[in-house]
Amino acid sequence: MTAAGALTKATPLSRRTARWLDARLGAASFVRKALDKVFPDHWSFLLGELALWSFVILIATGVYLTFFFDASVEEIVYQGSYVPLQGVEMSRAYASALDLSFDVRAGLVMRQVHHWAANVYLATTVVHLMRIFFTGAFRRPRELNWLLGVGMLILSIVNGFVGYSLLDDQLSGTGLRIAYNIAISIPVGGTWLASLFFGGEFPGPDLIERLYVIHILLLPAVIIALLGAHLALVARQRHTQFSGPGRTERNVVGERVWPTFAAKGTAAFFLTAAMLCALGGLAQINPIWLYGPFRPAEVSAASQPDWYMGWLDGALRLWPSWEIRAFGFELPTPFYPSVLLPGVTFALLALWPFLEARITKDRREHHLLDRPRDRPLRTALGVATLAFYTVLFFGGASDVLAVTFQTSVNALFRAFRTALLVLPPVAGFVAYRLCRELARRDRPGATDEAPAVAPAAPEDGASHRRAIEPEDEPERDPASTAGVPRG
Amino acid sequence: MSTDGDGRRPGANGPGGGERRTRRDDRAERLVVAAFTVSIVGALILAVVYIAGGQAQLEGVALALALGGIGLGIAVWARYFMAADEVVEERHALASTEEEVTAFTAAFEAGEQTLARRGLLAKLGLGALGALGLAALFPIRSLGPRPGQGLKNTAYGDGGRPLRLVDADGVPIRPADLSRSSLTTAWPEGHEHDADASTLLLQVDRERFRPLPGREDWVVGDIVAYSKLCTHTGCPVGLYQTELDLLLCPCHQSTFDVLNGAEPVFGPAARPLPQLPLDVDEEGFLVATGDFSAPVAGGFWDRGRT
Ligand code: HEM
Ligand code: FES
Repeated sequence: MTAAGALTKATPLSRRTARWLDARLGAASFVRKALDKVFPDHWSFLLGELALWSFVILIATGVYLTFFFDASVEEIVYQGSYVPLQGVEMSRAYASALDLSFDVRAGLVMRQVHHWAANVYLATTVVHLMRIFFTGAFRRPRELNWLLGVGMLILSIVNGFVGYSLLDDQLSGTGLRIAYNIAISIPVGGTWLASLFFGGEFPGPDLIERLYVIHILLLPAVIIALLGAHLALVARQRHTQFSGPGRTERNVVGERVWPTFAAKGTAAFFLTAAMLCALGGLAQINPIWLYGPFRPAEVSAASQPDWYMGWLDGALRLWPSWEIRAFGFELPTPFYPSVLLPGVTFALLALWPFLEARITKDRREHHLLDRPRDRPLRTALGVATLAFYTVLFFGGASDVLAVTFQTSVNALFRAFRTALLVLPPVAGFVAYRLCRELARRDRPGATDEAPAVAPAAPEDGASHRRAIEPEDEPERDPASTAGVPRG
Repeated sequence: MSTDGDGRRPGANGPGGGERRTRRDDRAERLVVAAFTVSIVGALILAVVYIAGGQAQLEGVALALALGGIGLGIAVWARYFMAADEVVEERHALASTEEEVTAFTAAFEAGEQTLARRGLLAKLGLGALGALGLAALFPIRSLGPRPGQGLKNTAYGDGGRPLRLVDADGVPIRPADLSRSSLTTAWPEGHEHDADASTLLLQVDRERFRPLPGREDWVVGDIVAYSKLCTHTGCPVGLYQTELDLLLCPCHQSTFDVLNGAEPVFGPAARPLPQLPLDVDEEGFLVATGDFSAPVAGGFWDRGRT
């Protein structure tokens, strides 16, 4: 312990602790490098951070809930303080969620913050993903991090669904029954899969307990592992940045992690937590006492899933009643919108960095971000895709919309199906023209502020192609390609 | 807050305090003070609300104040009193250099050769791992029973004899208990908790009712019975539009024509609701003389195979 000589009695405790740790870990130089790291600043870089902080709140509130929630389907007679349900038979799971809402002090606010945090976490995750997509931040060398992100997104959507399925109220039971029927619609293995997962036919006696282990242990553990890798990769590869004076493919321009970025991050955490607590306190969410305990033969009308499940619900509604039958075998309707569509959706999403690299033949490293307008084709594609899923999302609320706007569900379905085919190309086309127009306006005064990636050219098909293709440079020796500064 | 002094924005206040304070600094400092104070007040409110018995809205607001005060305070502090200089850092190539790759390859191959010298052992070892992996799959089998006839049959077909239809409390039902305007949900006697056997009993307009060929005697008077589970994804079909004789599924709005074998007329469902053959026993209670005309609820790949 050579360093110990520098310590005197007057050295503050924090310093001494640090010394103590360093003597055992030798971490000082590593941590100093971390503190000195530079982080580029842009409002859109905050989105991933918001998702991270919402996730932290999810874990904190979730752990609190586990102390009171009882994942059992054993039937009991409710004796709690919510009068309308007193004397009603229900599962322990549902009863303990009612207790959390009415009899555990601060329980309701924790439940509601947890649910709001789930919605905000997934919303910020999706917007963060959009930021990555539209700025081309997924390109080499960050394809792995894109894959990790897509993995987290899928698992988090599943965990959200599993979360609100735990409570064994009428709404969650209905959702689980739909999930069961989707599972059996998978050819050949589907009935096996459903039987193994549900422990028999729906509802299955062990289902809630299984979902509980999945919700509080299995999926969170996997998500946390992926999240760790995700953040480690950001640290290793350094953050991307928008181009600007002095910013190149070979440097990072921004503020130091210590103290400025760390302080802003901490502030972001507390402000996110504050927003979620305000929502959880003031905005009621999932009032399970109104839905009643799950009864397999009943259903509550106009039941709406959480927003991140809405597009799947919409797809189930809008998909036509096609069913393929041959030789006594069949491919049931729900298979297409509920198995095939999400499968294709997430497969394309995961593979996008590789597909784009193949289309553009651009396999170089990129640390400078694209402005969406400089990649009109990619932007148009992204906007069209968003339009598609937005229509599906609103399709999931067709019954509510029909009541609100006093139209028949019939007419609404037709409108939604039409919109599903028409809106995406229209939105994509509008986005494309907008990009071209914005890029054109940039050009006269174009300085190094905005490198004109898209070559100035009349609007014809050939130049459109080139807009997504950067310079057709031959691939360089991959080992030495540290990115070629452009512009 | 310790800063190394270089490149702080003009007017930023360092610990040395040698610089002139500006009005902007004063205002920012007051804001930070106010924010942290609000936070402390929020925490106190939370404690008081909790002790007083708890109230969700107030708890949420108090928590928001406590957390938001800290957040705002730090945000203002960072904005006004911390270095906002742009630092430039070089990026280093991510890929390893040729020498590093060569050194790694050499080290790895050296080890590989050690393994290859006992190639058979290595292969056998891998084989053992594979076998273990396969064997480990078997415990998964314990998670659920083999999907068998359960998906295709309900309790109505179990005994091979007529079963009474009962309500949720197990009380048998007479035709006279039903009315034109309401739906009745029934189960086979002794199976009131069978999710897949829930049955809709409907009183229809006999004039307009068209029984399917071969099912003319499946009705009792003007009473007809269908499975309550939607053939789309199995939701209970709970809404009855009496004037139109349509059954509506609340989940995805599939609509079934009661007068015409419960054929789907709208929405994503592709198949009619299975019908239950009805009769009355000597005591005048409704009974089912057999199982539903088809497997209930959503489809699966071998639904049509027996
Ligand atoms: C990706 C992360 C997570 C998501 C998206 C998520 C989402 C949800 C949702 C939407 C609910 C229903 C809330 C309600 O309306 O009451 C829920 C319930 C629950 N969650 Fe989570 N959660 C996550 C992680 C966790 C973790 C890490 C834990 C604990 C270690 C946890 C514990 C619980 C418990 C105990 C319940 C049931 C109690 C109740 O809500 O009354 N969750 N979750
Ligand atoms: S379950 Fe009835 S329409 Fe989907």
